[in-house]
Order: sequence, then C-alpha cells, then structure tokens
Amino acid sequence: MLDATQQGYTTPDGRKIGGPVMEMKNITLRFGGVTALQDISFDILEGEIRAIIGPNGAGKSSMLNVMNGFYHPQEGEVWFRGAKRGPMKPHAIAHQGIARTFQNIALFKGMSTLDNIMSGRLTKMKAGMLSQAFWFGKAEKEEVEHREAVEKIIDFLEIQAIRKTPVSRLPYGLQKRVELGRALAAEPSLLLLDEPMAGMNVEEKEDMCRFILDVNDEFGTTIALIEHDMGVVMDIADRVVVLDYGKKIGDGLPADVRADQAVIDAYLGVSHD
Amino acid sequence: MVDFLIFLEVVLNGLMAGVMYALVALGFVLIFKASGIFNYAQGVMALFAAATLVGLINGQVPFAHMISAITGVKVHHFGWHINAFLAIALTGLVMFALAVVIERYILKHLVNQEPIILFMATIGLAFFMEGFSDLMWGSELKALDVGIPKGIVEPLDEATFNAFGYGMYIDWLDVYATAIAIILVVSLTLFSQYTKTGRALRAVADDHQAALSVGISLRRIWVIVWTIAGIVALVAGIMWGSKSGVQFSLSLIALKALPVLILGGFTSIPGAIVGGLIIGVGEKLFEYSIGPMIGGATENWFAYVLALAFLIFRPQGLFGDKIIERV
Repeated sequence: MLDATQQGYTTPDGRKIGGPVMEMKNITLRFGGVTALQDISFDILEGEIRAIIGPNGAGKSSMLNVMNGFYHPQEGEVWFRGAKRGPMKPHAIAHQGIARTFQNIALFKGMSTLDNIMSGRLTKMKAGMLSQAFWFGKAEKEEVEHREAVEKIIDFLEIQAIRKTPVSRLPYGLQKRVELGRALAAEPSLLLLDEPMAGMNVEEKEDMCRFILDVNDEFGTTIALIEHDMGVVMDIADRVVVLDYGKKIGDGLPADVRADQAVIDAYLGVSHD
Repeated sequence: MVDFLIFLEVVLNGLMAGVMYALVALGFVLIFKASGIFNYAQGVMALFAAATLVGLINGQVPFAHMISAITGVKVHHFGWHINAFLAIALTGLVMFALAVVIERYILKHLVNQEPIILFMATIGLAFFMEGFSDLMWGSELKALDVGIPKGIVEPLDEATFNAFGYGMYIDWLDVYATAIAIILVVSLTLFSQYTKTGRALRAVADDHQAALSVGISLRRIWVIVWTIAGIVALVAGIMWGSKSGVQFSLSLIALKALPVLILGGFTSIPGAIVGGLIIGVGEKLFEYSIGPMIGGATENWFAYVLALAFLIFRPQGLFGDKIIERV
C-alpha cells in the first residue's frame, strides 16, 4: 500500500503530488433515519486525480454533494486548503474555487454553449450592478476579457463548431463536454466530476478521459471524480477511495484497491452479515 | 379611405393598449421564469408603486390616518412637492426595499416548497399589500401626473382631417406609454443578454442546482428579480395611473394580464409582448366590428374567451416551452 503522507508523493509517470487540498474528517451524513455516509475520512492532494468508486447507492454522489456544500454533514469536518470549513452555502464554496459537474447533466438549457461556459466565469467577474446596467467601464472590459478566456476553453475542448448552438439541441456526449467547459471556466483549484463518463460510448469515453488528463496535466487542476467504469478508473486515477453502503472499504493505489478482497466482495455482491 | 383610416385608428389604439397589457404581463413572466412563482401580487405591486409615487410627489404624510388615530395629531401633508423624476427614483428605491423584505420574510422560508404554496403566499402578499397601501397612502382616488402629455395628437388629427376628411384620434399618453414600454423591454433584453447578472438570471431560470454550483446566490438573484418586477410594476402603475387615476381598480389590471400570459406562455418575454398586442388589437377590432351587432361592451370578456380558445388548442401558448408528455 502507498503511504500518501501529508507531504505528497510522486506518481509512477513522474508527476509531483503536493499537500492536501481537501480533507474529509469523519464525515457522517444522515437523511432522517437513513445513514448515507458513515464516519468517512480521506484526503485529496494537490495535483492528483482522486477517484471515488463504489456500487450503486454507496454514497458517492452524497460525498460529492458534501464537498461542494449541497449537503451539510451531521458529524465530521471538511478542511479546505488547511482551514476548517464552516457550514457554507454552495455558491460561496464555488467562489472558493471548487467547481463541479453533475451526474444528470445540469446545463442552462435556454442558453448557447458560449453563454453556458461564460456563466462558469461568474466567480471571476467583479463589475458592480450599476456598471453592468449601463454597460460602461468595468463591465464592458470584463465581458471582453472573459470572452477570451472562454474561447480558450472552447478551443481546448474542441467544441468551436457548437459555440452558438443552444445546448438543449446537442447530443448527450457534447452536453457533458460543455458542462466540463463550464466547470473549467471558473479556473477551479478543485474540480469535482460526478460520473463524467456515464452513458457514453467508447469513443466519447476516450475523449473525456483525454480531456480530464489534459486538464490535470496542463492546468495542474486537482480533480476528484466519481466513476463506475473500473477500467477508466484504473487508467486515469492516481488514488481511489471505495465506498460501500455509506462506509469506506478501501483507499489507495488503483492496483492495490482492485486486489483488495473487501472491494471485490462489494462489487461482486457478497452478502453482508 | 375613411373606412381604412378608422380601421387603422382602431388597430393603432389596440396596439397601444396591447403594449400596456404586455407591460403588466412582463412583470409576471420575469418572476415566473426566475423562480417558478406565479406572483398574484403583481397588480397590487403596480397599485402600491403608483400610490407611493403620488404620495411622494404631493408630499403626503405616510400613515396619516393611523398617526392621527393614535396620537390625535392631525397631519396630512409635509407641505412640499417633490420633482416627478426624483419621486420616480425614490419609488424605485421603495420597490427595491420591498423586494428585500419579500425575499427575507417570505421566499427564504419557502424554498423548495410546492408551486401552489408559493402561489398562496403571493395571494397573501397581495391582500397584505393592498391593505398596507391603503393604510400608508389612503384609499381615495388620486390623480397621478408626472408630466406625460395627454390628449389628442393634434397634428395627426389635422393632417388626416385635411387630407381625407376624417381626423384620426390618437392619445399622446398612449404614444408615450408605448415608447417607454419599448425602451423598457429593449433595455431588459439587453441587460439579460449581455451582462453577468443577466446571465445569472437566465441561469437561475434554467437550473437552480447548476446555478449554485457556478457561484450564483439564489437569494441575491431573487431580490434582483423582484426589484425588476417592482420597477416594471411601477412603470405600469405610472401609465395606467396617469390614464385613469390611482385607486384600487388599478390592481385589477393584473387580471387583464392573465389572458396575455395564456397566449404568450408564462416563460416567454417575447410571448408576453406579442400576446399583449394580439389581445389589445383583437379586442379593439372585435368591439369595432362585431360589438355593435351584439350590444357592445365586448372588451370586458373578449380577452378571456380568446384565452379559453388558446387553452383548448395550444395550452403552452404561442412561445411557451413545449409540453412533451413522457409515457
């Protein structure tokens, strides 16, 4: 097993992984009488791709929702960049530099690809209401500047052809890509991806894998992702957390996790007694 | 030729009446799009805005009756008159304060509730504001004059009379109201298309969760939306108030907006405008052509019958989101 200490480590392909970006400490989340997450702790280190895997209903999406503030755990602490995070609203957490995508695509359906990605820049824009209302000074300059940043993301994701298309008309795979673009537009320091490859064909999956690796490589973005496809996880993740029935049953390098008996049991459905 | 001029006059007057309907409907659409709330209080907001404006212009003492009932001091007016433009700006601030109060004390507590519960809350709000408006400014009929010219457009009247022997009747107030409404709609459209707050408004209208995840505060957006709806209500209140005085019946213009919404769809700003124009022109033409045959006064019901017909054949309206049934 890998000893991922607080100082980080070096990956087999030679990337330097730094100190912790986010630490989950003894997180317990309940909905009424149902315990969705039970006493879960793990960390996400600077620059790594961290996968959260597990069978259906294991609590993976709940975990992501705790990270970006949609859910507030009853017990436990979330630490972000070395400071304990209080009960913050999701929009405030977005301003801290945490962006996410959704399992069931949540794009702004009435808008074009360009506008969707532009709205991802919101946390970076500072112009006041008055300046915007009359479109002078700061607001105008800002729109132009941020438009450039958005065009770079569009080039990066190779979606130039659909810039002006309303997203509701795009095929599923492209919608997923636009959603990734919207999250990237915030230049997040931590990117959360909820099943980025769900429902995709092999070709689309390969594209998406490439984009995720490129984002990590080129921008140095720390990524936490939920994924079902074990093959994909083995290929792109640096470390893996395994959840089952709201409990953590494994944590480590992909190869170690795959060889772990508890993980195999969870995936193959050994009875819990 | 005279027949054509009369027809043209009817259509023009219809278009201008339609703009006024559209203005009221717009207030509904803005709030419905951003928060899924059908704001029953929109008409009362127009009444409240107009009453506040009159009160400010005339230097009326707010809550005068209550003050004299409690303290015995008889006060009615401060004895000053405020410039109309300043008064409009101040009323705008009052509408902003109202939006903050509504968000803080009503909407915040009803997040994620069923639409019908929010609808009931706005009915309560309507009754409350109606009473509050009476308490604050009195319930008598008040004249509103912000300096918009009224009366017949004489050059047009003379020109058509000299040329064709029939003077067309168009009211200055309608012309100004139309111009102001057009400016308002164009600037709202530009604001929502080309600014980050406009984009945030559209984002919230589309998907609350996703909007939160890109850093949009729903509470802030709701205050902005209700402020804009309040300002639209103020403009509608100024127009209708200048035309027929400020009194309780002003709040009933909201009822005229309902058929407009059914035609235009609850989620479409262009729909509200086109729907308003169709109803405005439709009811004037119907009154002019068929009205005399069936005893007149068709303007009272024409809009609702048209809306009923739409509900049967195209329930989502002209531009509303298409309803797709999934089985």
